[in-house]
Amino acid sequence: MKRLLKLSAIAALAVTTLSMAGTLDDVKKAGVLKCGVNTGLPGFSEADSKGAWRGLDVDYCRALAAAVLGDASKVKYTPLNAKERFTALQSGEIDVLSRNTTNTETRDTTLGINFAGVMYYDGQGFMVPKSLGIKSAKELDGATVCIQAGTTTELNLADYFRSNKMKFKAITFDTNDQVDKAFLAGRCDILTTDQSGLYAARTKFKNPEKFVILPEIISKEPLAPAVRQGDDQWFNIAKWTRNALLTAEEKGITSANVDEMKKSNDPETKRLLGVEGTMGKNLGLDADAFYRAIKQVGNYGEIFERNVGANTPLKISRGLNALWNKGGMQYSPPFR
Amino acid sequence: MAVYEVKPAKVPPLGERGAIAWVRHRLLSSPFNILFTILGIAVLAMIIPPFVKWAILDANFVGHTKADCTGDGACWVFIHEKLKMFIYGFYPEAELWRAKLTIALAILTLIALKFTRLRWIKIGMIVLLPIAAIILLHGGVFGLPLVETSKWGGLLLTLVISTVGIVLSFPIGVLLALGRQSRLPIIKTLSVFYIELIRGVPLITVLFMASVILPLFFPEGINFDKLVRALIGITFFEAAYIAENIRGGLQAIPKGQYEAADALGLGYWQKMRLVILPQAIKVAIPNLVGSFISLFKDTSLVMIIGLFDLLAMVQLTANDRDWLGMETEGYVFVAFVFWIFTFGMSFYSKRLEKQLDTNNRD
Repeated sequence: MKRLLKLSAIAALAVTTLSMAGTLDDVKKAGVLKCGVNTGLPGFSEADSKGAWRGLDVDYCRALAAAVLGDASKVKYTPLNAKERFTALQSGEIDVLSRNTTNTETRDTTLGINFAGVMYYDGQGFMVPKSLGIKSAKELDGATVCIQAGTTTELNLADYFRSNKMKFKAITFDTNDQVDKAFLAGRCDILTTDQSGLYAARTKFKNPEKFVILPEIISKEPLAPAVRQGDDQWFNIAKWTRNALLTAEEKGITSANVDEMKKSNDPETKRLLGVEGTMGKNLGLDADAFYRAIKQVGNYGEIFERNVGANTPLKISRGLNALWNKGGMQYSPPFR
Repeated sequence: MAVYEVKPAKVPPLGERGAIAWVRHRLLSSPFNILFTILGIAVLAMIIPPFVKWAILDANFVGHTKADCTGDGACWVFIHEKLKMFIYGFYPEAELWRAKLTIALAILTLIALKFTRLRWIKIGMIVLLPIAAIILLHGGVFGLPLVETSKWGGLLLTLVISTVGIVLSFPIGVLLALGRQSRLPIIKTLSVFYIELIRGVPLITVLFMASVILPLFFPEGINFDKLVRALIGITFFEAAYIAENIRGGLQAIPKGQYEAADALGLGYWQKMRLVILPQAIKVAIPNLVGSFISLFKDTSLVMIIGLFDLLAMVQLTANDRDWLGMETEGYVFVAFVFWIFTFGMSFYSKRLEKQLDTNNRD
C-alpha cells in the first residue's frame, strides 16, 4: 500500500512537471509550432487553392516558427472559431493564438492569457458611395446606416454619433452578407464594420472604385497574438518576434537584403540579426533566430503589403499600422 | 348457333386518355386545383429562367482566376479551381492517392454488398471497411506516412463522419432499444435516462461540450484528437435516436412473435437475433434512413468546432482574398452534392423496403 502511494505521488509529480515544462521546450521537442488561426478571414487567415495557409496572422506564426525552429513551414494550423479560441490556448491544444483577437482588459486579466503586442490596429470605420462627396465621418449627420444586429458595432456607432451631436437612422440586418447587399441596393448611405472588414467587403462589389472608406476610426480594436499566462520565457519570445519584425522594417532589413545587412555597421541591426550581442540567447533561442524569421517571412512591412496591402485585392493602406516614424502607431522597443 | 363476336372495347373519349386526361385529372380537376396549378407555374416561371440564365447561359466555365469570370452569371471557375479542397480538404498532395483509394474501396464495398448473399461476409465487409479506411487515411503504420486528422477535410471528412456515425451508432442504438424494453430495472432505467438525456440536448451542444469543455478537464498538454472527440459525440448522440427508431419497430411486433419464440425454447439473445430484431428493423427502416439522412446533413455542424467539412470548406475558400464574393456558387455546389447523397440514401431505402417486403400486414 505504502509503495502504491509512493508510486502515485511520483506519477502525480511527473504529470505536474510535464505540464509545467516550458512551451519552448515542448515546441522544440515536437518540432512543430501549434498555431491557432481564424477559420477564414480575407488577408489575415485564409487557405489558397492548394490548401496552404496564408495571411497576416498566419505569417506571424511562420515568423515565430522560423525563429524558434528555424523553419517557417513547421507550423501546424488549428482553425478556431471565436468561442473556442481561448479554450484551445488554455488547454494547450495550441502554443500561440494568432487569430485577429482584440486585446481587452477583461481578456488579458481573466482568461489566463497574455497578449504579445499588436500585429494590426483595427477599428470600426465607415464606407460611403463616392457620389455622396463625403470626406469625413463628421459630415454624416442625418445619415442612414446599415449595420449587423447585436454587435458591438451597433453600440460604438450610437456612442460616436451621440458624442458628436449627430443623428442617424439605423437599418439592422442579421448577417454581414445582407448588410452588404442592402448597402449596394442603396437602402442606406453608410456601411459600418471593422475597417479590415470594410476593405474585404469592398472587393466583393462589382464597382469597388465607386466607394470610399472614410479615414475616421471610431473604436479601438488592437488585434494581437496571445500566449498562455505563466510561461514568461515563451511570452517574451512571442513578444520579441513581433518586435523583431517591426525593427527590421524600421532598419530597412527585408527578406531580400537580410544577408547584406548582416555586414551593416548599425549596432542595433547587428544585434537584431545575431551578429553581435546575446539577443537570441537571452530568449533561449539561437543567436540568428530573428535573422531566420526575417529571411524566411520578411519584415512587418513586407508581411503587411503581401497580405492586405495596396497590391492585394484588399488594398488596405498602412494608416495606424505604419511605423511610428511614418505617422502610424507600430512601435518596437529597441533591441539593446 | 349464332356466333357472337366480341367487339373490341371502345377507345375512351379523347378527354379521358393520354396527356389530356392526365392534365385534366391531375392539374385541373377542381377550382382549387386550377388555382394551385396556375400558382405553381407562375412560381416556376419566376425561379427557373433567372436561375438557368445565371447558372448556365451567363455563366463562366473556363479559366483559372477570378479575372476570367467576365460574364454576369455564375463563376464556376471557382468550383473547378477549388475542387481539390472541396473534396479532400488539406490532405497532402503526395498522399492524395490514399484518399482516392479509400473512396474507391467504399464504392466497391457498396457494390459487393449488393451481390453477396451470405450475411457473415456482409457484416465482415461492413466492419472491415472502416478499419481499412482509417489505416489508409490516417497512416502511421505499414510505412504509410502519418496524415493528421486536422488535414482531413471537405467531402472526405463529411463522408468519414457520417459513415463512422452510422456504422457505430447502429449497434449501440440496438442495445439501447433492447435495454429500454428490458425487464431488468437497472438496465431499463439507465437506457431510458441516457436516451432522454441525449434527446433533450441539441447536437451542437454535444459537439461544443466535446470540443470546448472536455479539454478543460484534462491536464495541460494532454489532448486527444479533435476529430475523435467529434466522432464520439456524434456516435453517442445518434445512438439515442436510432434506439428510439428501433423501439418503434419492436413495439410493432405482435406479442405472438415473442411467445412463439419462447415456445420454441429460444433464449433471450436467440429470440432477439432470430425472430424479433429482423422484423423490427425491417419495420423501422424508413425512420432509420430518415435519421441517417439527418445525420449526414448534421455533419456540417462540426464547423463550429473548427473541422472543415464540405460546407465549411466552401466558406473558407470563399474567404480567399483572390476569390472573394463566390459564396453563392459555393453554396449551390454544396446543395447539389448534399442532394445527390441524401437522395441516393432515400432511393436506396425505398428499394430496400420493397426488397424486404414480405407483405405480412394484416
